Amino acid sequence: MSKKEEKKPTKRTIQVKYLARVEGEGGLDVTVEGKKVKELALRIFEPPRFFEAFLRGRKYQEAPDITSRICGICPVAYQMSAVSAMESALHLKPENSIQQLRRMLYCGEWIESHTLHIYLLHAPDFLGFEGAIEMAKKFPEIVKRGLGLKKTGNSLMALLGGREIHPINVRVGGFYRAPSKQELSALVPELSSARAAAEETVHWVSKFSFPEYERDYEFVSLRSSDSVYPIERGQVVSTSGLSFSASEFDDFIKEEQVPHSTALHARLKGKPYLVGPLARFNLNFDRLSPSTRKLAKDIGFVPPINNPFKSIIARSLEVHYACDEALRIIFSYEKPNEPYSEATPRTSVGFGLTEAPRGLLYHQYKLDKDGIIEAAQIVPPTSQNLMTIEEDLKSFIEENSELSQKELGWRCEQLIRNYDPCISCSAHFLKVKWEEL
Amino acid sequence: MKSRKPKLAVWKFASCDGCQLTILDCEDEFLKLASEIEIAYFPEATKKVVKGPYDLSLVEGSITTPHDAKRIQEVRNASKYLVTIGACATSGGIQALRNFQNVAQFASIVYARPDYIQTLEKSTPISANVKVDFELQGCPISKHQILEVISAFLNHRKPQIPAHSVCMECKAKGVVCVMVAKGIPCLGPITHAGCGALCPAYNRGCYGCYGPKETPNIPSLMRWWEGELGVKRQDSVRVLRTFNSAAKPFEEASTQMEKEGA
Repeated sequence: MSKKEEKKPTKRTIQVKYLARVEGEGGLDVTVEGKKVKELALRIFEPPRFFEAFLRGRKYQEAPDITSRICGICPVAYQMSAVSAMESALHLKPENSIQQLRRMLYCGEWIESHTLHIYLLHAPDFLGFEGAIEMAKKFPEIVKRGLGLKKTGNSLMALLGGREIHPINVRVGGFYRAPSKQELSALVPELSSARAAAEETVHWVSKFSFPEYERDYEFVSLRSSDSVYPIERGQVVSTSGLSFSASEFDDFIKEEQVPHSTALHARLKGKPYLVGPLARFNLNFDRLSPSTRKLAKDIGFVPPINNPFKSIIARSLEVHYACDEALRIIFSYEKPNEPYSEATPRTSVGFGLTEAPRGLLYHQYKLDKDGIIEAAQIVPPTSQNLMTIEEDLKSFIEENSELSQKELGWRCEQLIRNYDPCISCSAHFLKVKWEEL
Repeated sequence: MKSRKPKLAVWKFASCDGCQLTILDCEDEFLKLASEIEIAYFPEATKKVVKGPYDLSLVEGSITTPHDAKRIQEVRNASKYLVTIGACATSGGIQALRNFQNVAQFASIVYARPDYIQTLEKSTPISANVKVDFELQGCPISKHQILEVISAFLNHRKPQIPAHSVCMECKAKGVVCVMVAKGIPCLGPITHAGCGALCPAYNRGCYGCYGPKETPNIPSLMRWWEGELGVKRQDSVRVLRTFNSAAKPFEEASTQMEKEGA
């Protein structure tokens, strides 16, 4: 593809027809005039599936099973936000050991989902491969390490949830069956080697070459009142100092619809914001385990980090943390007296907010006196990041308009993948197409 | 030319991506698989695209938009064998719940501007649109079963996927019947095997995510649920209308039960 060198501002369109290595269906259309981006649309054409509509009329107990089907990559996140919302509606407070088991299950999903993204979806961008299969030809041991790490996340989910995808063991009030200490202890050797593999992963990704690109983001994540890193509970906090609880989510965050997308776009007080590993890391560095924090310091990765391309490092550190945290929970675990507590249905509204691997996941349910869902609202992390992804693309293209068509297209895709977008969640797919007019 | 590796393609329609993730979840086998066959089209895993025709196409998801209804025809034309993976592709999936309601109303609940949304009235399985060579059930599918299906088709043999019920798996596993021993309503007797009797092994009744087994006797099981276990009619209808609501036997039974009323 030869490029015409012209002084006069040329008009060109960038279109990523089909963005590979993301979960779901979407595309990107950009029109550039000279150095200015005239139009930019991250098109989401994942077919809508109407979960919020067919949740109406279902029983409160069904929400975790049904909403897990929104996303095969992060079903635990959906189950956790759903049970948390239902329990807030029904005034149920599961005992501490249940909370710990949930946290550990969630660690399993973080390990699995993050490792999938780091090794199979994102690293090939940095190393110039089309995918992990191609990357494995040159670096078989590295890809095997990634697959092994991913498998540990899956083992954790399979034991606690029954299976990795759409676990069956989660219910409102607790679990159908609580594992014994012995069953959990059997995972210790695997988790310990995973932790070592996670450490190697952090060192590996920290040596990638990152484009010099920074923006001032409004990071948003949970932060818990106790001293742990935010996973399954906490208050929302942000870079600019906002702080609110799940029940206030609607007052701060509004979703709007745009013609080019089946995913809704969310804004915080009218502005774009960023959720996910980078946000959690920047806002909760002090809550990482001592060993993960030390690891971060060793590689010189400390807040504030404003380069979105470096989210892969934050993601890797979170995998390390999740291994650490799962081990900590196993050592302190005591089997709960009862695997779950029963709820009494009542007319109510409940709110649930947890940290999916990709960021904040909000559920809200309105229940009638028999516990039938009258209304449901779900705000997945990718819808919250869409505006920020669009802004990243716009500013990156304008700052780097001298790059060749091919390289700019590649970088645009990479920028989108920085967010590990889950279009299946937000509604679903991405395409990037280029044309010079 | 003689030793050309068979070409595998993985396609996505309306779904959660969980069934194609199952392929990536075969951590121990994935690289081996990729060395035996050519992964010619699998956008969730690689940017690399090799032109068809494909020896085996795995299709995830159901048909819910006019665009997808056209696209599945192209997939069929480019494929020697076409196998559906999962509840969405095989029975229309959870999004087939729209089939029992008004889809325009559904769109207006979720979207402020439903006119931006293009969608069909019904979510249909792939088999309602094109000829399908095999259907692998499950929400999600099982790792072992997908590996068996891939290897069977690439060797031109029939996959060894038992069509019996979850009950058989409980017996084989030595799990005590949750319905008989604990009075927990269980769809095991009418549900297709494949999960390894997961729910009963976790003290829970089967909720039918693998869809109907061959020749299920649904009215008989539902009489037991309602007569012996005190399950209310609206609840038994709802259980049949979840992840495989548009699978023929489930759809017929739930419609009939609704007509009969309490």
